[in-house]
Amino acid sequence: MSGEVLVVLPVVLPLLVAGALVLVRGATRGGSPALARWAGVVTTGAVGVVAGALLATTLGGEVPAVRVGGWAPGIAIALAADVFSSAVLLAVSLVVLAGLVHARGTGEDRAPALVPLVLVMAAGVHGALLTADLFNLFVFVELMLVPSYVLLLLGRRRTKRRLAAARLYVSVNLLASTVFLVGVGLVYAATGTVALGELAQGEPTPARQAAVWLLLLSMGAKCAAVPLHGWLSRSYAVAGPAVVAIFSGLLTKTGVVVLVRLDALLVPEGSAVPAVVLVVGLVTAVVGVLLAVGEHDVTAVLVAHMVSQVGYLLTGLGLATTAGTAAVVVFLVQYVLVKAALLMVAGALETRYGTGRLDDLGSLAHREPVLAAAFALSAAALVGLPPTSGFVGKLGLVTAAGEDGRWVTAAVLVAVSLLTLVSMLKLWDRVFWGPAEAAPALAMAPSGSGAADDADPGRTAGVTPQAPAGRAGAGRPDAGPDAGAGSGPGPGSARAPGADGSGSDAAGSDVAGGRGGHRERVALVGPPLVLGALALVAGVGGEALLVVGAAAAQGLADPSAWVAAVTGGAP
Amino acid sequence: MTTALLVAVLAAGGTALVLQRGPLRLVIGFVLLGHVGTVLVLASGGGDRRGVPLLGQGPEDVPLGDPLPQAFVLTAVVIAFAITVHLLGVLRAEESAAEDDEEDADVEVEQERRARSRRAEQGADGPSRAREVAADEAGTPAPGDDGTGAS
Repeated sequence: MSGEVLVVLPVVLPLLVAGALVLVRGATRGGSPALARWAGVVTTGAVGVVAGALLATTLGGEVPAVRVGGWAPGIAIALAADVFSSAVLLAVSLVVLAGLVHARGTGEDRAPALVPLVLVMAAGVHGALLTADLFNLFVFVELMLVPSYVLLLLGRRRTKRRLAAARLYVSVNLLASTVFLVGVGLVYAATGTVALGELAQGEPTPARQAAVWLLLLSMGAKCAAVPLHGWLSRSYAVAGPAVVAIFSGLLTKTGVVVLVRLDALLVPEGSAVPAVVLVVGLVTAVVGVLLAVGEHDVTAVLVAHMVSQVGYLLTGLGLATTAGTAAVVVFLVQYVLVKAALLMVAGALETRYGTGRLDDLGSLAHREPVLAAAFALSAAALVGLPPTSGFVGKLGLVTAAGEDGRWVTAAVLVAVSLLTLVSMLKLWDRVFWGPAEAAPALAMAPSGSGAADDADPGRTAGVTPQAPAGRAGAGRPDAGPDAGAGSGPGPGSARAPGADGSGSDAAGSDVAGGRGGHRERVALVGPPLVLGALALVAGVGGEALLVVGAAAAQGLADPSAWVAAVTGGAP
Repeated sequence: MTTALLVAVLAAGGTALVLQRGPLRLVIGFVLLGHVGTVLVLASGGGDRRGVPLLGQGPEDVPLGDPLPQAFVLTAVVIAFAITVHLLGVLRAEESAAEDDEEDADVEVEQERRARSRRAEQGADGPSRAREVAADEAGTPAPGDDGTGAS
């Protein structure tokens, strides 16, 4: 019984809280940001606890399932959790939690719609993870996408470029969703059911498999597999920093999760699907990492790597072995956290210094030791260096490829890892490395004073004079909006009176007020550090990850327990 | 057969419109493509079964329609409608964003000038990035969010 409640909660709870928040906001004319903030964090935390409980239950061999309202199988909205969905659910809720906290630091949560929208989006993702019905999968994916259309530009100034990116994003996803819907219709026409449990038991007729190809194609577009990746970097580039971090954990990964699920249930032995997925995965990994070479902005580099890492996941899926699937699960769970941490570092840099351009940053390791540590940990995990969690994931993938005799695949994966390392070193070198004296370039950043926060005022004082006066923040009358939205006077103004001379900055920003205190600073740099540390812990304790991965892969390779649970016990 | 033709015509028209220039054609194209999904899912329940899918409500001799695809379509239509409206909102905003461009351009020019003087020797990398940054920094939070209504 309790298992049933647990399965429903991740979907229902965020939706209820989101609805309540919107109501409260309507009733109180604007509502209280603190209330929304805490409601979001508590709700997501609760989902995380539920996910943990589900993981414990499913690892014990149970498959908690529920048909909402007690309707007959095939008609009811069926939800079920196995090890795979529980593990991903846990990782996703951690990312959302960290993202919501981070949004406090970047000031994005001043938009009152942020928390409700993120909660609805999370509910959609949770539903897509747990559903056992093809059409409900479509609905949950839409439930995830519709808030993301709004979140993309939430609180951002609507320039032409941004709106064009939003148009691209909506169009691509609408097209992919239409293809998915057509696929669902064809599956229903071919088989007379859209319940995944019944489909898994049914005969894989050519008509049905044609429809399944359509479904896979649609999800390929949603998870940004090459050649359907073009929308990703263009649209993510315009979103707010915390929003990008949340997107990275939720949107493309849901595409991958759905692919894994459909592959396990609807693709029979001897199908051409794994071979195609393998090739697409390898191409995606290579193209993604090469895309990153040409980028000169921290976030843009990281988003390009997102494409590359999706390639890893698809490659593991394309191996079509249990070991490969286990590696995919391990990789996915840790990668979601790592990429979110990296994007949050980029977001914190953008918030502090008003830019993510590599040319404008440098030598930050002294000023931002916390961010530097978070970046180092998570970048190592992204590359796959021991002892981080990325190593466990990549080792699993390469080993699985090797065990299968696919040496080319293994070699490509290692080579892409090396290129990822080069790319991360580039970021490290351009953003964090270098002597502190080489940092004057940063005084040009709008937050000449904001840069003072972690350092003692004396250092800032020592640095600023080296910058030409015309470039210092306070020296430009036109810099008002610029500096304000970029990073504001920064925490320094609240604490260090000496740094508070930039009156024009403060005047130009209504933004700065929400970012002045100690809490915001913690909210800004805390989440990436925690996630980065988590990557280290998960790497050192990689055994647990491997156990979860193996159990999840077992459940996916032989879905009979899952099928029995969702079809109401009928074997 | 009629349904198949209808789907084919809608899909062809929708695809053609989406591929053309012009924001409104994009939207109409997506409306047509949405109809492709609608008609196709409806047809998946069997085109010859047209009876009211309520027991005891329709004439006896007509086979009952399949209620499941109808429920699907109802959901899908609502979703497609919401997203279409949102897309229209984005396009509309894009048109009116033109008025802000002068201010944008000022910030951009200033930013680019500064960026160029800053890295005079290594200015190889595109000014478009500088523009992005400028746009970011010029960003003030939009008043309200007109997109939420659509969702």
